[in-house]
Amino acid sequence: MQNVIIRAEEGGHAPENPLGFVPVEFATSLVVFGLLLFAIWKFVVPRFEKTFAERTEAIEGGLSAAETKQAEADAKLAELEKQLADARHEAARIREEAREQGAQIVAEMREQAQAESSRIVEHGKTQIEAERQQAVTSLRAEVGALATTLAGRIVGESLDDEARQSRVVERFLADLEADGSTSTGSGVN
Amino acid sequence: MTTTFGIAMAESGDEFVPPGPNSFDFSAVPLFHLGEYAVTKPLVQLLLGGLVVFLFFYAATRRVSLVPGRMQFAGESAYGMVRNSIGRDIIGSHDFQRFVPYLVTLFFFILVNNVMASVPLVQFPTFSRASMAYALAALSWVIYNAVGIKKHGLLGYLKLQTVPSGVTPLMYPLLVPLEFFSNIVVRPVTLALRLFANMFAGHLLLILFTTGGLYLIEQGGIGYVAGPLAWVLAIAIAFLELLVQFLQAYVFTLLNAMYISGALADEH
Repeated sequence: MQNVIIRAEEGGHAPENPLGFVPVEFATSLVVFGLLLFAIWKFVVPRFEKTFAERTEAIEGGLSAAETKQAEADAKLAELEKQLADARHEAARIREEAREQGAQIVAEMREQAQAESSRIVEHGKTQIEAERQQAVTSLRAEVGALATTLAGRIVGESLDDEARQSRVVERFLADLEADGSTSTGSGVN
Repeated sequence: MTTTFGIAMAESGDEFVPPGPNSFDFSAVPLFHLGEYAVTKPLVQLLLGGLVVFLFFYAATRRVSLVPGRMQFAGESAYGMVRNSIGRDIIGSHDFQRFVPYLVTLFFFILVNNVMASVPLVQFPTFSRASMAYALAALSWVIYNAVGIKKHGLLGYLKLQTVPSGVTPLMYPLLVPLEFFSNIVVRPVTLALRLFANMFAGHLLLILFTTGGLYLIEQGGIGYVAGPLAWVLAIAIAFLELLVQFLQAYVFTLLNAMYISGALADEH
């Protein structure tokens, strides 16, 4: 230590107190620090803060946009589901209607067929009745004639024995049958 | 420093010259003269340090975008560390924004100037010049007191800083001077000395181990073993110094934030 001091003094340079105050260094520190502070304040901090704010905003904006989109999608989905349900309902309704209509048509057809059949039956009955009337009428006329003829024959022949009697009747009936086979449409049922 | 030492060594021959305060005195070897002022290495370092900090942040913010590039990301991380972990966490989210420029500048200005102790060819911690540490401490003192006085008024601020709450008034005669001393008087002193002494001691240690190692080797004998060992230790110390450099910048800024926060506090 002694040497250092001596040498320093030899060089015309007193040993410095390390805690000593050096005005130039003090002032320069303040000036440089002040300039740096100004530069950082002016150019650096605003840009960083702006970026931070923008980033926060972008993230929040993105989130809210996503939320809006989600809500829209949900609404759309709900709407579509509603439409689908409506469509299903509509389809069911149409099917039901068709079924009812089909049943109605079947019922109508059945009714119609019944009416037709009963009409046909009625018609048949009427015709049969008419024909029967006609047959009865013609029969009535023929029976009179036949009875007359038969009576004439019976009267004409001698009715002494039973054999003859039956022969006459049988002959009469055979004639009658021969007549019936020749004259069509006027037979008794 | 190395030049003065080289000369000293040459003159002294075999005598080992331990590093001392003179290792930090550049007034005999100014880099150049500006008018009547001798511009020494630490002064140039100050300017360089300020320039480096500004250029770094300027480059980081030259083209800012929402999705940061590499440079912007580095700048944002550095800025965000001081802004959030020192500014917002200590001062509180309500007031911190207006102190962010100051804290950011302070931290990176000190950090870069400290790290200069480990930058090849520079290799001198700027704040081992006590006056430079005094300057920053004085500025801190002005700022935190001004902030407090502006918010509470002079008397309100003095009451806030010196009258402890929850203590019986009987103790005031004892406590008020003590609090005044510790909160108003001592703070800038400790602030300056802590920074200065750490940088000073670290650099002194490095010089001692490096020049000492050289001296031991020159002496020969056991020095051939001890010298390289001293250099290994010097490397280890250099790494330790990197930590100290960061830590001192951090502590200085953190304490500034705490003093400001204390000055802004509503209750003691």
